Amino acid sequence: MAILTKEEAKKIIDKVLAYSKADETSVNISGGRTGNIRYARNSVSTSGESNDLSLAVTAVFGKRSGTATINEFDDQSLEKTVRRAEEIARLAPENSEYVPMLGPQNYLNTNAYAESTAKIDPDFRAKAAFDSIDPCRKKNLTAAGYLEDSAGFSAIGNSKGLVGYSKATSVDFSITVRTADGTGSGYAIRDVNDAGTLSTKAATEVAMQKALASSAARALEPGKYTVILEPAAAIDLLQNMMRSMDARNADEGRSFLSKKGGETRLGEKLFDERVSIYSDPTNPEIPGSPYAGDGRPQEKVTWVEKGVVKNMTYSRYWAEKKGVKATPPPSGFILQGGTQSLADLIKGTEKGILVTRFWYIRAVDPQTLLYTGLTRDGTFYIENGQIKFPVKNFRFNESPIIMLNNLEALGKPIRVNGSLIPPMKIREFTFTSLSDAV
Amino acid sequence: MQLSGLGIGALMGASIPVLGSAVSVEHLLEPGADVAMKKKLADVALNAAKSKGATYTDVRIGRYLQQFLFTRETRVQNITNAESYGVGIRVIANGTWGFSATSDVTPNGIAKCAETAVAIAKANAKLQTEPVVLAPQKGVGEVSWKTPLKKNAFEIPIQEKIDLLMKVNSEAMKNGAGFVTSNLFFVNEQKYFASTDGSYIDQDVHRIWPTFTVTAVDKGAGKFKTRDALSSPMGMGYEYLDGLETEKIAGPNGLVGYRSSYDMVEDAILAAKQAKEKLTVKSVQSGKYDLVLDPNHLGLTIHESVGHPTELDRVLGYEANYAGTSFATLDKWKTKTFNYGSKLVNIVADKTQPYTLGTVGYDDEGVPCKEWDLIKDGILVNYQAIRDQASIIGEKESHGCCYADNWNSVQFQRMPNVSLKPGTEKRSVQDMIKGVDKGIYIIGRGSYSIDQQRYNFQFGGQLFYEIKGGEIVGMLDDVAYQANTQEFWNSCAQLCDNDDYRTFGSFFDGKGQPSQISAVSHGCATTRFNGVNVINTGRKI
Repeated sequence: MAILTKEEAKKIIDKVLAYSKADETSVNISGGRTGNIRYARNSVSTSGESNDLSLAVTAVFGKRSGTATINEFDDQSLEKTVRRAEEIARLAPENSEYVPMLGPQNYLNTNAYAESTAKIDPDFRAKAAFDSIDPCRKKNLTAAGYLEDSAGFSAIGNSKGLVGYSKATSVDFSITVRTADGTGSGYAIRDVNDAGTLSTKAATEVAMQKALASSAARALEPGKYTVILEPAAAIDLLQNMMRSMDARNADEGRSFLSKKGGETRLGEKLFDERVSIYSDPTNPEIPGSPYAGDGRPQEKVTWVEKGVVKNMTYSRYWAEKKGVKATPPPSGFILQGGTQSLADLIKGTEKGILVTRFWYIRAVDPQTLLYTGLTRDGTFYIENGQIKFPVKNFRFNESPIIMLNNLEALGKPIRVNGSLIPPMKIREFTFTSLSDAV
Repeated sequence: MQLSGLGIGALMGASIPVLGSAVSVEHLLEPGADVAMKKKLADVALNAAKSKGATYTDVRIGRYLQQFLFTRETRVQNITNAESYGVGIRVIANGTWGFSATSDVTPNGIAKCAETAVAIAKANAKLQTEPVVLAPQKGVGEVSWKTPLKKNAFEIPIQEKIDLLMKVNSEAMKNGAGFVTSNLFFVNEQKYFASTDGSYIDQDVHRIWPTFTVTAVDKGAGKFKTRDALSSPMGMGYEYLDGLETEKIAGPNGLVGYRSSYDMVEDAILAAKQAKEKLTVKSVQSGKYDLVLDPNHLGLTIHESVGHPTELDRVLGYEANYAGTSFATLDKWKTKTFNYGSKLVNIVADKTQPYTLGTVGYDDEGVPCKEWDLIKDGILVNYQAIRDQASIIGEKESHGCCYADNWNSVQFQRMPNVSLKPGTEKRSVQDMIKGVDKGIYIIGRGSYSIDQQRYNFQFGGQLFYEIKGGEIVGMLDDVAYQANTQEFWNSCAQLCDNDDYRTFGSFFDGKGQPSQISAVSHGCATTRFNGVNVINTGRKI
């Protein structure tokens, strides 16, 4: 078993640090098991499982650093790896932006590990696939899906006394169901830490229902429409926005957060006042890692409050230069919503389009965060509070900044891709052309 | 589909897949196990799988090396030297594929791995409805193949590479860039393949990609513009960076096209000037334009709108949950009259063209590589198929386009080079522009997006020049074109000749779950498309 306990990991870290002659040394151990099963055309196409345990040592002399990795743990291998990291560091070019390693930190407990997921075996995966394929076969529908599970740990330590340890499990599942004649397609996606809370059958039923309901779609003229974005549709645009909140880019004048004259938009109201976004690694619905890759603690951070930009992400170098706290990018985030369900949002819509998901989203203009992409696997026309008929897929050109200003309503957030995202109703969402794709 | 986010800073992040463990630079030049030892180990796998009931087995002993350099302005940000070494074993048992991989490259480790592969095949056979049918492949015996390179990039000292990137960065800054990132990517795949067909194939494959992004900023106006390198990733050694004058093509407005030799410093200087110019150029008026598309731009359009839709696994539905399916269905192909494009459109697939990313001697299931037609005189005539798909389209043999990105990944159908044949009439870019009344000349890879069946796409670029009355009148901004694949290729109106032919490439093309990367080239000459819909992408926030 490749999951070491905190004590086992600490023992190895201490041993590695004792071998080191560098000015500063850090050690990273990670390991675990990942497995997957993939199916298409109602048959399993591939499945596999792998175990891994590896150690990385970074040695630093002055402002030169070198990293070496190994997956053997006898004393000789550990010492050899330390020597190799030192050797690489001595030969490396000087990094003028090097920041000394962190000392001891306080980390929050995030509870991201579930025994039910750690116990997953090939039989579990085969059954998960069968539960998804079988109902499709019975209805003459075609299933293509993918399940990936992992159970692992990470341990960090350095010569300044920093120590960290965390365990996490996860299961990611996605399913596309198509009608036999290829005129309808539906999709569902789930991600959980605890495999006991995942039903591939229930998710598949949603995709089946969408596949059947999306058959024989009608064409609407492209243009500006009121849309209801399901969380699986909104997440990608929002994630892209959150990844663009780097302070250095903003300060350098090359971000949507840069403004005329060289200042940034920090502290400015950039969104509708109902938009509040924060991250919290201890949120029980989306438990995150207690620390970022470089050992900085993940804490609760408010990014946007009532439409106002409250924080940006910083590298340690840039934060030191600017004399501010070095807030790392979060692993997941929460867009606060209301109490309405997706069904409630549909009921309250006079005319609009329901979007299951977006596909092939790419940046068009980093200045305005304009993105293009297409709707996929279930796009429907809503009239007088009811889904009336499926519509052909659209290409959109839209910015999440503009979208979060054209906000009509936010529903109750649900977990998608490690974040909590509400279904949202947006006015004047820009569709620029039609696609024949199903 | 391509991995996204190759923009500012993103090259440093998780979007660049590093396969393997960090090693010293010297380690990248160590020879690894010799061929006789690999043959012995491969036979262990073949025999072990057979004894457990496999009816077919192939084994890949792979050593995958990478060296990546990342810089910005005056600073080296990161240098990655990585090695990944291990064995992947694929078997057919009870008519079903099984795959297992191990980093324990010993007779014992390999035998155990082969047994696991057979056990997985037998377990999956219970859920299987379509038994695997392999196209026949005669064993090729003991053979070898090597990328014909002049300078092994891994033998070039790191300092020489850093010096080049620092020169690129400083020249860009001197010429108006506010910021610049530059990168070098080198890949070497040392692959040994053996199968129960009687093939023992030793291959040494090299790839290179130099690239950069320059950014010009007008802080007063709160604006910034970028221009990416107009290089192409290649199946070459370090000689690609020689910048030979004989491989340059002089274009209009001081533009330079690069064939199989790239001048990175020259391109960076031009890029800085152009990025600065982009800060003040006029915004495009949306509408229909005739497009003149440079090979460094059109390559990506070929990749997305012809390369992916003609992958047979997509057509059959194996990628339905991720990359998607294809509009180029078997029933359309069977009519033998499906007009994919105009009569000028001849698109070939190959894994043999010199200097390209797809070119190897044999694919990852031991099939000798070749060239074949995908679209002939505008008609869809074939797909890209591997051994277990060939019978579906009535082919007697595989096309030889099976690939795995590492020893621990299972091989599957991947795109070969897919290229548009140049025109047979003598025509330069300047000649082509003279004939355009209202058009836009587009150079470089920009934003790109296409639907899951490859009907509707939108492409941007790096540089846009407005053409009026047969002349370039200035630069444009906020340009993207949207089209339907079939309509677009049917609007193909004119081709430049072979003198203008160049390849573009994708170094990190993504497909499959779990996702695997592959590298592929696309050749063409500058080509004209009539009456394409152009949108304005400018917004205010």
